[in-house]
Amino acid sequence: MVRSILLVGVGGQGTLLASKILTTGLMQAGYDVKMSEIHGMSQRGGSVSSQVRYGDKVESPVIEIGGADILVSFEKMEALRWLPYLNPKGKAVVNDFELPSAPILAGKSLYPKGVLDELRSKVAATVVDAAGIAKRLGNARSMNLVLFGALVAGMGLADIDWETVISENVKKETVEINLKAFREGMAQARG
Amino acid sequence: MRSIMLGNEAVARGAYEAGVRVVSSYPGTPSTEITESTARYSGIHTEWAPNEKVALEVAIGASVAGGRSMSAMKHVGLNVAADPLFTLAYTGVGAGLVVVVADDPGMHSSQNEQDSRRYAVAARVPMLEPADSAECRSFVLRAFELSERFDTPVLVRLTTRVAHSRTAVETGERLEAPLRAFVHDPAKYVMMPSNAKARRVVLESRIAELARYCEDEAESAGLHRWIRKGTRLGVVTSGIGFSYAEEALPDASILKLGMVWPVPVGLVRRFAATVDRLVVVEELDPVLETELRAAGIELEGKGLLPRIGEYSAATLRRALGDDDRKPAAFAPGSLPEAPVRPPVLCAGCPHKGVFLALARVKAVVCGDIGCYTLGALPPMKAMDTCVCMGASIGMAHGMDMAAGREFAARTIAVIGDSTFLHSGMTGLLNTVYNGGASTVLILDNSITGMTGHQQNPSTGKDIHGNAAPAVDLEALCRALGVRRVRVVDPNDTFATERALREEMAVPEPSVLIARSPCALLPDACRDDVLYRVEPSACTKCRACLKAICPAMSGGYDGPVVIDPEMCNGCGLCARFCKFDAIRKEDATS
Repeated sequence: MVRSILLVGVGGQGTLLASKILTTGLMQAGYDVKMSEIHGMSQRGGSVSSQVRYGDKVESPVIEIGGADILVSFEKMEALRWLPYLNPKGKAVVNDFELPSAPILAGKSLYPKGVLDELRSKVAATVVDAAGIAKRLGNARSMNLVLFGALVAGMGLADIDWETVISENVKKETVEINLKAFREGMAQARG
Repeated sequence: MRSIMLGNEAVARGAYEAGVRVVSSYPGTPSTEITESTARYSGIHTEWAPNEKVALEVAIGASVAGGRSMSAMKHVGLNVAADPLFTLAYTGVGAGLVVVVADDPGMHSSQNEQDSRRYAVAARVPMLEPADSAECRSFVLRAFELSERFDTPVLVRLTTRVAHSRTAVETGERLEAPLRAFVHDPAKYVMMPSNAKARRVVLESRIAELARYCEDEAESAGLHRWIRKGTRLGVVTSGIGFSYAEEALPDASILKLGMVWPVPVGLVRRFAATVDRLVVVEELDPVLETELRAAGIELEGKGLLPRIGEYSAATLRRALGDDDRKPAAFAPGSLPEAPVRPPVLCAGCPHKGVFLALARVKAVVCGDIGCYTLGALPPMKAMDTCVCMGASIGMAHGMDMAAGREFAARTIAVIGDSTFLHSGMTGLLNTVYNGGASTVLILDNSITGMTGHQQNPSTGKDIHGNAAPAVDLEALCRALGVRRVRVVDPNDTFATERALREEMAVPEPSVLIARSPCALLPDACRDDVLYRVEPSACTKCRACLKAICPAMSGGYDGPVVIDPEMCNGCGLCARFCKFDAIRKEDATS
C-alpha cells in the first residue's frame, strides 16, 4: 500500500524543506519512499509543489489527479488550486494564510472568498493558523514546521523520531525555534 | 550506508566513489546540484566554468592528464559543449570521462525540450540512463568503468523527475583511482585530418564492441533489467518511464534498458518474442522506436503515446486502455478555479527597476536567459525575444543591421552577468567589430540567480565561497572595444531610464551595467532598512504598486501596506510615491 502526500505553497515558503524532513523520517522508519520536487523558475513566488510517496514499494515518484491521500497547503488559495490532486476521501491540512498573487495585487483579479468553507464542504480539512503561531514564537519563517507538525499528527506517524530528523536538517541556529514550531503544530492538529 | 538522496546528489556520490578527481560544469536546472554536491567531497577538485564548452574541455584535459573527470550540464548546455564532445568521441579518453546531461521534458525550467539521446547517436558515444537515485550512483560508477574499458567518453542522461526526485541510495567507499601516466600520443589526441581519419575508423570499431557489450553483458552488469510477468503486453522503456510502466501496468512484462545507446536490438528481439504486443515507452523523441523499427521489430510507440511533454502513470493507463485502476477524483469542473499565480520577481529584486524603465522607454528588448526573463510577463511586458544563452546581443545587432539605424535607436539587449560571461562577450565583440551601435544592458546582480545562487567569474568567489579574482566588467567591455561604458543603480528606476534614453540615442555601441545584488543574497538583505507606509499620508492612488512588489498589498479600501517580513529595503516603491507616504525606517532601532 502506497500513501501519497502532496505539499503545496508559494515559492519561498519552505515547502521543500518540510518535504525533505518528511522523506528522511519516513526512510529512517523503514519505508520505501520517493519524493519529487520542481526547482527553477516557478520557485520565484509562483505556485510550487513537492510530492512524497511512501509504502512497502513505491514505483512512480509522481502523484496524479486524485492520487494524494493528504494535501498540505501552505497557503489557502493554493489548496484550492491543487484540490483536484487530492482523493475525495483524503485529508487536507491548510494554513489559514493568504498570499495574494501578482494579478490580485495588481487589481486584475480578486482573492477568492470562502476558501476554507469550500474546502470543508469537499474534504476533511484541518485548518491551522501556522503563520500566526510562527510569528508568536518569534520567527515567521518557522511556519513550515508548524504545518509539518500538524501533518505528522494527522498522518498517524507521530512515533518516528521527528525531532532528531528536524535537528539534523535545519540550520543550527534555528533548531530550537523549529522544534517549538513543530510541537505547536502537532498540538494544534490534535486539538 | 543507506540514505535518501536527490538523483543529482547520487550522481555526485557515484563520481566520488569512482575516484573522480576533477569536475567542471556550468549550472542549469535540472543539473545544478550534481556539481554543488561534488564540491562538498574532499578529493574532488570542483569548479564552475563560465560555460559548458569550457567545462567539458577542462574535463577532457583532466582525463588526458590521467585523472577521472566529469562534467554536468542541462540539455541545452550540451548544445554549447557539443563541439568538444563530437571530437572527444574520436580521441577517446586518458582516464575515465563521464558527461552527465539532464533533460527537462515538460520544460519546467527550460526554453525547449530537446532529447539528448540524439547526441549519443550523432556523436557515437554510449549513453546510460538511470531511473532512480540508486541507479544514478551505480550507473555513474559503471560509466567510468566503461569509459576506460572502451576508451570512450560516456554520456549519462537524466530527466527532471530522476534528477529532482529523492529516493534511497546504498553508498559505498571511494575507490582511489590512481592518476594514470600522461601519454604523449599525438595520433590519438591531435585531431588534424590525417590523425582524425584513423580515429574515425577506431570510433566505428569501438561502437561495434559497445553494441556487443550492450547485448551480451549489460544485463548481468546491472544496466538492463528483464521483468518477466504476463505475455499479453511487453514494454521496452528506460529511465523514469520504467517507474510509470511498473505502476500503471502491473501485469506487463518489462524490458528496462539501462544502456540506451547503442540499442541492444537482439535483446529486444528476444523480449519481443515472449509477448503478444510490444510497446516502447519513451518520453520525447522516438529514439528507441526508430532503431527498433529499422531492425524490423514490430511495435507500437509514438502512434499511441505523446511526443510532447512528460509522461505519468496516468498517460500509460489511458493509452493502453487500462483506465479502471485510476484513483477516484473530483469530477472535472466540480471545483472552483483558483486565480493564476505566475512566478514573479522577488521583493527587492534589482531587475524590477530596470524592466519598469524599459517599459517606459518602450524599447524593443532582446532578452536573455535568467530570472529577468520574467520581465516579459505583465505588467512590465518589456521583452521581445529570448532564445538561448547570450543570444540577446547578437540578435540586437542583427536587428540593427536588418532594420536600420532608426530601429536600432529603439533596440536594446538585456543580459545577466553570468549569461554575459557565458556567451555574451563574443556577441559584444561582434557588435563592435562589425560597426554596430547596440545598447547592451548588463544586469550585474553579483550571482547566477535563477539556478539558485551559483558563483561565477564576476562574483569574486569560487564554488566553495572562497575568494577568487573578480572580472572587472567595465574594463572587459572597454577591452572588447566599447568606448561608452557606465554603471547605474537599477533601484533608481528613473535614473536608469534617463541613462537608457541617452545611450540608445548614441550611434555607437554602449554598455550600461545595472549593478545591485540579488535581493536573496545574504549580504543584500537589508534587514537594517525597511520601508513603511504612513497611513495618514497614503492617498490610495496606488502609484507605488507600480513597483510590483510581492511585499505590498492594499490601496483599495485602506492604505497600502508593506509586509515588514518580506520588505528587502530596495526603496523602489518610495520612488513612485508623490506624497512622501512611504518612509524609510531603521529596522534595528
